[in-house]
Amino acid sequence: MSNTERPLSPHLSIYRWPVTMTLSILHRATGVAMAVGLLVLAAWLVSAAAGEAEYERFRAVMAAPVGQILLIGWSFAFFYHLCNGIRHLFWDAGKGFEKHQANASAWFVIIVSLVATAAFWMVQL
Amino acid sequence: MSLRAPLGRVLGLGSARDGTDHWWGQRVSGVALVLLGLWFAGSLHGLGPLEHGAVTMFIGMPLNTVLLSLLCLTVAWHSWLGVQVVIEDYVHAQGLKIASLVLSRFVHVFVAVLSIYAILRIGLGA
Repeated sequence: MSNTERPLSPHLSIYRWPVTMTLSILHRATGVAMAVGLLVLAAWLVSAAAGEAEYERFRAVMAAPVGQILLIGWSFAFFYHLCNGIRHLFWDAGKGFEKHQANASAWFVIIVSLVATAAFWMVQL
Repeated sequence: MSLRAPLGRVLGLGSARDGTDHWWGQRVSGVALVLLGLWFAGSLHGLGPLEHGAVTMFIGMPLNTVLLSLLCLTVAWHSWLGVQVVIEDYVHAQGLKIASLVLSRFVHVFVAVLSIYAILRIGLGA
């Protein structure tokens, strides 16, 4: 069996979870969620092109509680993926790799995407 | 002894000479979507309750018809590249992986063409 004399890498249960890991996972999760959302975007456009009756049927589905929750979820996914995507572009340019920078930009992305989502739904121009 | 030529056995295993295309495509479409996405989110917000008349009038304006078509094209491309990486990471059975990749590509192209067709129908007033 295992040789206990060998050094072990940090065990997952004692490894402090860094916030950057959450963002990395969320980037992929929101991306996949929006890939599914593309089907709804297409349905929205098709129903709009089909006429007012079809469009109102689509709107009624999305106005139901489940539809509203999905739309709020997709709007957060959009703002989050947008902000974190820009964070990735800075990394691609070789900037912001220091640990304190990555942590700071992580919290910045979380806050901006939450504020943008809230503003999108609550602020009327 | 096989009918396969030595060349046939190695083709596809080495450099395809387009190794960075995927990476660049993801970035270029990402940058385009920062702009198109913000424009779309701002426009949706401005349209308020999204009533049929207001939405079709918005989509029907020439610049919006073009920008929305570009958005659908670019987002389908970006999504296809992203979903491809996810499939390659998690689906290990070779047959299922290839099938998933092909299906994903079909769906993405279909959704892009469907969306743009609907936009043009509104834009051209059909």
